Amino acid sequence: MIDWIAGVGRSTLSQLSDLGRATLILMQAIFGRSNVGVHWHLTIDQIHVVGVLSLSIIIVSGLFIGMVLGLQGYTILTDYGSEQALGQMVALSLTRELGPVVTALLFAGRAGSALTAEIGLMKATEQLASLEMIGVDPLRRVVAPRFWAGVISLPILSLIFVSVGCLGGALVGVSWLGVDSGSFWANMQASVDFSEDVFNGMIKSVVFAVVVTWIAVYQGYDLVPTSEGIARATTKTVVYSSLAVLGLDFFLTAVMFGEV
Amino acid sequence: MTTEAFVEIRDVVFRRDQRVIYDGLTASVPRGKITAIVGPSGTGKTTLLRLIGGQLKPESGHVCVDGLSVQSLKRSALFDLRKRMGMLFQSGALFAELSVFENVAFPLRVHTDLDDDLIRLVVLMKLEAVGLRGAVDLMPSELSGGMQRRVALARAIALDPEMIMYDEPFVGQDPIGLGVLLSLVKQLNQALGLTSLVVSHDLQETLSIADHVIMIANNRVAFQGSPDVMQTSGDPLVHQFLHGNPDGPVRFHFPAPSLENSVS
Repeated sequence: MIDWIAGVGRSTLSQLSDLGRATLILMQAIFGRSNVGVHWHLTIDQIHVVGVLSLSIIIVSGLFIGMVLGLQGYTILTDYGSEQALGQMVALSLTRELGPVVTALLFAGRAGSALTAEIGLMKATEQLASLEMIGVDPLRRVVAPRFWAGVISLPILSLIFVSVGCLGGALVGVSWLGVDSGSFWANMQASVDFSEDVFNGMIKSVVFAVVVTWIAVYQGYDLVPTSEGIARATTKTVVYSSLAVLGLDFFLTAVMFGEV
Repeated sequence: MTTEAFVEIRDVVFRRDQRVIYDGLTASVPRGKITAIVGPSGTGKTTLLRLIGGQLKPESGHVCVDGLSVQSLKRSALFDLRKRMGMLFQSGALFAELSVFENVAFPLRVHTDLDDDLIRLVVLMKLEAVGLRGAVDLMPSELSGGMQRRVALARAIALDPEMIMYDEPFVGQDPIGLGVLLSLVKQLNQALGLTSLVVSHDLQETLSIADHVIMIANNRVAFQGSPDVMQTSGDPLVHQFLHGNPDGPVRFHFPAPSLENSVS
């Protein structure tokens, strides 16, 4: 029993120590010596890597999820004779929940793991140490641009996911199942509130972006510089990010939409 | 002859996990000289370079570079100090996504306001010095390990630092490359007055260009002085190392319980 309590204590201390180190690394990366003017092009490069190159998976996933929502929604709403509300259902599901959450999960798998592996490999091959000895802070040069790129890219990807998802829903609902086009789009327009739905969805997306990218760059920067260490850190990035996104989503949903 | 020290290391204690690497290590690196750091494998020669560069912090003791206490510097001051140092890593540590030209140009781009024409000139001169001007457009993955280290050397000297630390610069070099690198290290030291620290297992070659030797063994400095004095030293530890004898005060085996105990 004592051993079990000691084990829990050790594990808790270790988690807190990790959290403290991750916070210090993030603070040093984004609040160190000002280099916005020098490093903006690095951030643009990283937006291309983590954002633009994630577009295909986001668009394809958004389209299929929108189509599935259209199909499932039509089947259920038809039972109540309310298939005209399909546009409202698809849009609200996507803007409030599926858009931010699924985009963040896909981003963690596609871009987060790549960020961890890239930074980890730079550490394993002494490129980070080499930067330090050249007098360049790797936190500012390597970590900060990737962090900002993730924070900027994910909300935009989320918006694209939602938009493509709505088109996917319309494709199935209107073009295939015969829901009236006017009802579909008019209901969507009437029921989706900008500040209540779109803005709250974007806040979720920004929070997920910070958390997922933070986990990814920290896991890469702090890993054990071996091939096994890189594999372990990449897995941790995906697992921790996914759990954090799902947990935070419940918390944010309760705060934003929880009042009865 | 007394020479002002560029690097002073005093009573440094350093551990990795529970393993003691240094237990009160004291040494000094004279300014403008070539200092060879030698010793058996695993005694912490590379660790010493990392302590001097501020990448590691000692548990106790002081590491001073040009009068500045490295472990007391703020992060920004430490990075400023590193601009005055160059380091050649064992692996070369070239930036994989940049060409040979961009690797050597990197320190110039981030720390100077030189225009592109001047940067190109400097880079080509540095690459010429290491015999790789013809490889200027290649990527690091297209070079052999020895060539990568020569490019890394060109990058380390790009900013004409006051001190260069070479970590195993001669590994993987053919006899011609080895000879060129030896004379280059010597020329850099003589022409520019650089303080040079060379960690190497190529003992005879390194001692042939060194002005000063620091030998590390058994968690401390076992010898410090000129190569000539080292060659004639009667210290059994130095003698064992220079002659490669398996038995003597330097342990060949990593600390372990007796074989009988391990087997039973």
